[in-house]
Amino acid sequence: MAKQFSQFLNTLGVSPRLVSMMIALLVIWLVLHFLTDGTFLSARNLYNLAVQTSVVGIMSTGMVLIIVARHIDLSVGSLLGVTGMLIAYLQAEVFTIDNNWGWVASIAIGLVVGGIAGWWQGYWVAHRGVPAFIVTLAGLLLFRGAAFEVTDGKTVAPMHETYQLLGGGIDGAIGATWSWIFGLVAVAILVFFTLKSRFRKTKYGFPVKQMWAELLMLAIWSLLIILFVNVMNSYYKPRTEVARGIPIPVLILIGTVIVMTCITKFTKFGRHVFAMGSNPEAAELAGINIKRVTVGIFVLMGVLASIAAIITTARLNAGVNSMGTLQELNVIAAAVIGGTSLAGGIGTIPGAILGAVIMQSLDNGMVLLGVSSSMRQIVIGIVLILAVWFDVMYNKKRR
Amino acid sequence: MNQTPLVEMKDIVKTFGGVHAVDHASVDLYPGEVVGVLGHNGAGKSTLMKMLSGAYVKDSGQILINGEEVTIESPRDAQDLGIETIYQTLALADHLDATANLFLGREKTTAWGALDDNLMEAETRKVLHRLNPRFKNIKTEVGALSGGQRQSVAIGRAIYFDAKILIMDEPTAALGMQETAAVADLIQQLKKDNLGIFLISHDIHDIFDLCDRICVMKAGKVIGTRKISEVTKDDVLSMIIMA
Repeated sequence: MAKQFSQFLNTLGVSPRLVSMMIALLVIWLVLHFLTDGTFLSARNLYNLAVQTSVVGIMSTGMVLIIVARHIDLSVGSLLGVTGMLIAYLQAEVFTIDNNWGWVASIAIGLVVGGIAGWWQGYWVAHRGVPAFIVTLAGLLLFRGAAFEVTDGKTVAPMHETYQLLGGGIDGAIGATWSWIFGLVAVAILVFFTLKSRFRKTKYGFPVKQMWAELLMLAIWSLLIILFVNVMNSYYKPRTEVARGIPIPVLILIGTVIVMTCITKFTKFGRHVFAMGSNPEAAELAGINIKRVTVGIFVLMGVLASIAAIITTARLNAGVNSMGTLQELNVIAAAVIGGTSLAGGIGTIPGAILGAVIMQSLDNGMVLLGVSSSMRQIVIGIVLILAVWFDVMYNKKRR
Repeated sequence: MNQTPLVEMKDIVKTFGGVHAVDHASVDLYPGEVVGVLGHNGAGKSTLMKMLSGAYVKDSGQILINGEEVTIESPRDAQDLGIETIYQTLALADHLDATANLFLGREKTTAWGALDDNLMEAETRKVLHRLNPRFKNIKTEVGALSGGQRQSVAIGRAIYFDAKILIMDEPTAALGMQETAAVADLIQQLKKDNLGIFLISHDIHDIFDLCDRICVMKAGKVIGTRKISEVTKDDVLSMIIMA
């Protein structure tokens, strides 16, 4: 039975690991739905869950590459803090709120500063040989201190009105019509690329999936997209019947996932990151510039932390110097629960996103149940151990 | 042989923390020739070869390719000169498939700059089919392949890019009898294509079957170079042991 199922998955061309994670997520959702008397899977809560996931989700895509390359980044929470404070400060105090382009400039500067901070850490790791654990532990302190220094710890507010939309507040979603257009375009793109890839493989004479398997997968994905749009459209703005649609931070997350997936799958850089994590010596002997690739992943991580900072400040409508505290642990946990191996060489972007959704679902569900924050920490800690233990068992069986 | 040697390594020195790993060693290689590099563990044969493949940078001495002096400071420099190496460890990225490993560091891209995995896979299938017609697991990560198949990937990588000079470090150490015979056939074929091959080996039988000349090393020095037709196995063994 189990063997037939795994053969079936093989025919469909989906990884058993991803499927088991989806099943785990589904079980968690159903249990929480039951325990919360039907609140958990309401449109309102799923909308909130999607928005809550975006910050950790965005950073976890970068953490996948860092961990795949056998490094770690403990500084992302602090990095989010300092870039967020900088963006908020620039927007509120330097460009001032009535400047219509101030928020754009603050975003641009924030992204560049995030990249430079990442480069700084990558430099110490790649060119000076200090272990990433130490460099980014230093970064955790250094950037947190820097976040305080921006305004001597004072909260800066408010943010520009347009900028606030990026946080997914009351108006921070694209509405029903655009959501449907988005969904349909996504399905069209999916169909197009599936057929194109199939066509090219046939041209080379490579084996392709059976037609029914291809169509079944397309149908499943299209259904999930439609379902997602439908749920986001079922949550209304307060005291109206106006659908909210897909929240902007979730769109940013989707965009990030697409870009990061393309980087890992279709670029030399991505290929080299995996080669490096798999066998650093072999990568070097193959003529790969390991130092440049290492600096590259840290720069990427810095930029992603700034994107997360933008969403956080827009959502809070303020810059608070404690933003992102302990967030590095959620990000690392999401990547690891999502199947990224700390031994290097293994990890996927969709896996990390699923990991982030699982973590956030547990947290969100427990909040609904009125579980105290200390108990939530205990539960999530245990889940982290169990998830990695499961992974270890799975890999042992496979070998 | 009056032609210009393909490779001349002259008076090469390499020290690690004061220890002479390679001590004024010289060796040469002609097109269509297999030169066996022999010696005990730590004799310096791998170190000498790694300076040709770009894994190490020499302290002093000269390397000439086709009579012209060259600088080799990285594996990429060596690759650009047509020098390919099959390492004893094979130097494969275990979590990547055969295609990704074969083209590692030299990936083919589309007009858009994206990896052209289909093209690379097609080329990989061709090369591996030539080396090992039974090789089917193109999409499997190489860590899950058998020793012989892994060896095929490593050899495929070396010959795909039109190597002129091949360094093989213990190419048959991990192989069964049949696979060893396949490697021997391949070496004969590459000789006909006028490649020069350095073969590092412990196995005296391998050396006698495959090499035209041997070069015996001890304690970083080249003890002697002989034509294989002019010596017996006992002569060689005593060279290695007695020096």
